[in-house]
Amino acid sequence: MRYFAVLILALLPVIGQAQVWEDRKVFGAATAPRNLQILSSTDTSFFAPIIESFIAQRADLSVEYLVTGTAELDDVFRQNPDRFDVVISSAMDLQLKLANDGLAQRLDGLSHPEWAQWRSSLFAFTTEPAAIVINNAAFAGLPVPATRQDLIEVLRANADIFEGKVGTYDVRQSGLGYLFATQDARASETFWRLMEVIGSLDAQLYCCSGDMIDDLARGRILVAYNVLGSYARARAETADMLTVILPSDFPTTMMRTALVSKATSEPALAEAFVGHLIDLQSAGAAEDFPLPSLGAFQDTTGRSSISLEPALMTYLDRLKRQTFIREWESAIIQGP
Amino acid sequence: MTEDVLVSGSLRNRLAMILTGGAAVLAIVIFVVVRGYAAQIAQEGQDNILSASVSSILDAAVLRDGMVELDFPYASLSMLSTAADDRVFYAIYEDGVLLSGYAGLDMPQPGQTDEKTFASLQYDGATVRVATGTRILIGADVPRQVSVSVAQTQDALSETLNRISRNVAVFGAGFFALSTALSFWATSTTIGQLSRLTNSVTRRGPQDLSPFRKPVPSEMVPLVGSLNSLMSRLDQSLKQSEDFIAEAAHRMRTPLATVRSNAEATFQRVENPENRNSLRSMMRAIDECSRAAGQLLDHAMVTFRAENLDRETVDLEEMLRELVLRMTPVAELRDVALHLEGGVPALLTGDPVLLQNAFRNLIDNALKYAPPDTTIVIRVHNDPTLAVDVLDRGPGFPPDEIDLLAGRFVRGSDTKGRIGSGLGLTIAQDVVLAHGGALVLSNRSEGGACATLQF
Repeated sequence: MRYFAVLILALLPVIGQAQVWEDRKVFGAATAPRNLQILSSTDTSFFAPIIESFIAQRADLSVEYLVTGTAELDDVFRQNPDRFDVVISSAMDLQLKLANDGLAQRLDGLSHPEWAQWRSSLFAFTTEPAAIVINNAAFAGLPVPATRQDLIEVLRANADIFEGKVGTYDVRQSGLGYLFATQDARASETFWRLMEVIGSLDAQLYCCSGDMIDDLARGRILVAYNVLGSYARARAETADMLTVILPSDFPTTMMRTALVSKATSEPALAEAFVGHLIDLQSAGAAEDFPLPSLGAFQDTTGRSSISLEPALMTYLDRLKRQTFIREWESAIIQGP
Repeated sequence: MTEDVLVSGSLRNRLAMILTGGAAVLAIVIFVVVRGYAAQIAQEGQDNILSASVSSILDAAVLRDGMVELDFPYASLSMLSTAADDRVFYAIYEDGVLLSGYAGLDMPQPGQTDEKTFASLQYDGATVRVATGTRILIGADVPRQVSVSVAQTQDALSETLNRISRNVAVFGAGFFALSTALSFWATSTTIGQLSRLTNSVTRRGPQDLSPFRKPVPSEMVPLVGSLNSLMSRLDQSLKQSEDFIAEAAHRMRTPLATVRSNAEATFQRVENPENRNSLRSMMRAIDECSRAAGQLLDHAMVTFRAENLDRETVDLEEMLRELVLRMTPVAELRDVALHLEGGVPALLTGDPVLLQNAFRNLIDNALKYAPPDTTIVIRVHNDPTLAVDVLDRGPGFPPDEIDLLAGRFVRGSDTKGRIGSGLGLTIAQDVVLAHGGALVLSNRSEGGACATLQF
């Protein structure tokens, strides 16, 4: 709790001004009698078709879709749990902690596989692997890395090409970046060696996947590590210059989750929206549901996702986080 | 007779109540005990996991540069995953100050070291089980006390308990059903002995007052013993009174015969019609009296002999022919003819004295009611069984009394002015019953009575 109090204090200057949203969009008539507030970390473009198909059946409804980063989303919601009806985030650990702390409503009317939900209050509806994205032109003549170890070797051998051109999440700012980093660190020591190598190449740090992919597309960086595969694929289909690699040594696959605020004023509507979400993902038509469905990375490659369990809260512990951040900083920020 | 007995409860119901009630109490006790035991074991299971989680967090505590560092493993909380997705809370204290985790959980008691403590308490609207452990870290300066509390809600535990409760309830109900079935079986077996005794009492003939000889369970011996002694006393007093009646009748006969002959002699002598009339009615009364005495004697003899039949082969037709011969003079006095119809084989194993007595009483009866100038037909036939009909042309039996007439001292309502004791039909019936037959009384369609002895 004190950790959050500290965070809130740190963020007070930001909140003190009017809340700055990454994006904000109202679907449906602004004068509609009923209103649903969705707080999300997912880019609006992915959610627009989902929300539109939801309000198509409900004429008296408008939906306000508010986008912010995963860590900030957590703070904003904890401060005003009654302001938002549905909370959607890719940071599974923060979402699970919200549910564990009793901020999520139990939705017993929804049926969902046991592994994709927690306490009938947190519902996963996508599977999205963390990917290595490379600039094809920069890797011409170089071996394309299939594993983290391959990436370490390529970067080490070509320090002159990649100096200042490698990007990854700033785990201090991004909740999702922190989740990916901690899960990587859990899985293998390779993660720390990779961080050392990236740090030695003057790593570029980002708050969000979108920014990283923008810079990749512009050629500002040549390699991005732990980018959301779904975002990268959305661009790679249009631009031939990028390749999305899912590391074959071990996968880190996140599930995007949704919960309904316990303090919601529209519990039935909010539950219907979450139900709509999980129905759409199982139907799986790409034009209705632009994100990878729950089954997308489960059955084909045997990749298992990060599981929804209380242990996700381990790295959210103040002492653990302090220790992890310190180690990460000492690896990635190597003074000249 | 049973409707006269006062009923107070039922042995069968009482037994069944006690047995099924006992089974119900036992089933409830089993349910409570097993459920309590299961709850204890399930709670111990949860406590063990919480305790392991606390230990793994405490083990990770180190002092670095005078600061407590706690890099506890993922498994510390991972091991608390349950099927019901229980909520997990934890708190880490250093010397009583919250270092990390959730505020407001169980505050550690200072001074306790190796022992872990467990408590159930309310946290954030849910019942949680908390395990708390403490460890002393020895640093360069002063020892630091690190305490860790890990708490978990009890959804999975109560699911397990509900499942166990359901199973135990099914088991208890099964036990109860089986015990109830067994108790009904035991009850009916026990009561069956009583019913068997009742049946053997009910099936006895009206004259049978002999003691019970069949084996009975030891608990019923006193009852059967008293019953036997009661019956033997009854038998004795019955015999005594019958002996007394027979003796009395016997003693009256001789003096009555003397009075009768004197009255007849006097009747011959007197000429005054008034005196003759009173003498005639006197003689009729004496006749009635001596006839009753004779029948009482006959009845006593029949009762005695019926118990020990003197069996020999008797030709009924032969016997009846002789009887008709003997009674013809009496019949002629009343202008009545006796006619025997036979011609069928009529051999019977029985007591000739009794049989003769029975036939004589029937013919006597017919003579009493037969109008003058009629014939009494005695018919021997064997259709469908060997039987003897005594048919007269008298007024017949009164239809509404026909079933009662064979009782002792019962006389028909139309017998005014006729001599009789009411024992004639009783004697005939006792005899035919002793021979395994029956007395059937009916009225002939052409007028007159028909008394049939069927063998």
